[in-house]
Amino acid sequence: MQELSVRHLLGIKDITPQDIQLIFETADNFKDVLNRPIKKVPSLRDITIANVFFENSTRTRLSFELAEKRLSADVINFSSSSSSVKKGETLLDTVNNILAMKVDMIVMRHSSPGAPHFLSNHIKANIVNAGDGTHEHPTQALLDSFSIRERLGDVAGKKVVIIGDILHSRVALSNIFALQKLGAEVMVCGPTTLLPKHIRQLGVKVELDVRKALAWCDVANVLRIQLERQQMKYFPSLREYTLYYGIDKKMLNSLDKEITLMHPGPINRGVELSSDAADSHHSIILNQVENGVAIRMAVLFLLAQKQ
Amino acid sequence: MQKRLIVNHQLLDIMVLRLCHQLIENHGDFSDSVILGLQPRGRFVAQRIQHTLASILGKQVPTGYLDTTFHRDDFRRRETPLTANATKVDFLIEGKNVILVDDVLYTGRSVRAALDAMIAYGRPANVELLVLIDRLYSRHLPIQPTYVGRHVNSLQSQRVLVEWKEQQAPEDNIWLITKNEE
Repeated sequence: MQELSVRHLLGIKDITPQDIQLIFETADNFKDVLNRPIKKVPSLRDITIANVFFENSTRTRLSFELAEKRLSADVINFSSSSSSVKKGETLLDTVNNILAMKVDMIVMRHSSPGAPHFLSNHIKANIVNAGDGTHEHPTQALLDSFSIRERLGDVAGKKVVIIGDILHSRVALSNIFALQKLGAEVMVCGPTTLLPKHIRQLGVKVELDVRKALAWCDVANVLRIQLERQQMKYFPSLREYTLYYGIDKKMLNSLDKEITLMHPGPINRGVELSSDAADSHHSIILNQVENGVAIRMAVLFLLAQKQ
Repeated sequence: MQKRLIVNHQLLDIMVLRLCHQLIENHGDFSDSVILGLQPRGRFVAQRIQHTLASILGKQVPTGYLDTTFHRDDFRRRETPLTANATKVDFLIEGKNVILVDDVLYTGRSVRAALDAMIAYGRPANVELLVLIDRLYSRHLPIQPTYVGRHVNSLQSQRVLVEWKEQQAPEDNIWLITKNEE
């Protein structure tokens, strides 16, 4: 009998490689459930989950909501644009008000790094971090590694490069932790202005030339340029970024091996990835989305046992 | 802890053979019948039944494994966490005669969960239950087996353990385990 070592999923940094394996094994079973004629199980029928989103999200929120509904949980949705947050209520008050209505789990996205960690010290409900600012996005990293495992058989020993806006990316940080815990080699690649200053201390390789990075790797995880988080100019223009860091089919064909292409979405077609590359057989972008539901079902199922 | 052998491997072989003949009486050539073993332990019984049927009928009866973890009613109410097992049902059960197979029938709750889990794969024409051991007077639910290897009268504090060579046990054996009073 195995269980998670944590009560909340705040970040990949806090969990063990065994936790990740347990989540993967449970997700394998949920993936099987999702391929049945009836894609629903009654496991969480006595649990109410609040999806609290203080920041915009389409994919992650839909994926969580679907995962919750397929586990038969009751779901309430909350987004800050239509709430009392605008009237000046604090985060803790907002969440405590939701919990007073007998909610068992909170899935939260917030623009401030550490917001879910703060909450976890003050409330009893299980918390799943669905992205906190530029810090972590654990379920995304889990589904990315799960998708690599599905495509290549194993994550250990694989060479994975994360390309693009590393500085503003929570996906990058969570991915680095997850991949390293699973035994992969990690490289980051991007313009120097978009690489955090002390990134080497995390034990990752740094490469500035995207062609060399692609030649090195087995898997390339391409990130979006997060213009909404950039308060200053980090590169002269999007066109110039595309010229130096955009990946197209020609580049993939020129490699002497097959690499796997990933993207956490949303894709800016023609910026970091050309359409022919995003839609090529190299890409597992839609598999990532599919696996996202199974991974989130596994996380919610395993955390629900820790109440 | 006391361990008493209640069925040895020769008896177990005879028991499986008898259950197979009873199945053949009801299912004929198994053209519309499938076997579903309940994970984790019913799977070994299902494999044994399939193997024995193959040696009698000369054909492989479709056999799958059903995991009931996500359908259990004691999720979050038990001391030890539940761990999911693989489900492998690579055939349609719509309109089929399904034989659910498990090693020990005790409270009946696993079987209830299995009925739920099975329905997700379609609507079977008929469902039967085969168990090696039926523990008497212990049911929480109105569930009765169609085919029984042996009835066992046991105390609540006792446990019935079925061991298989496939699980690295030295022999196929069925034990009645009694925990010593402290």
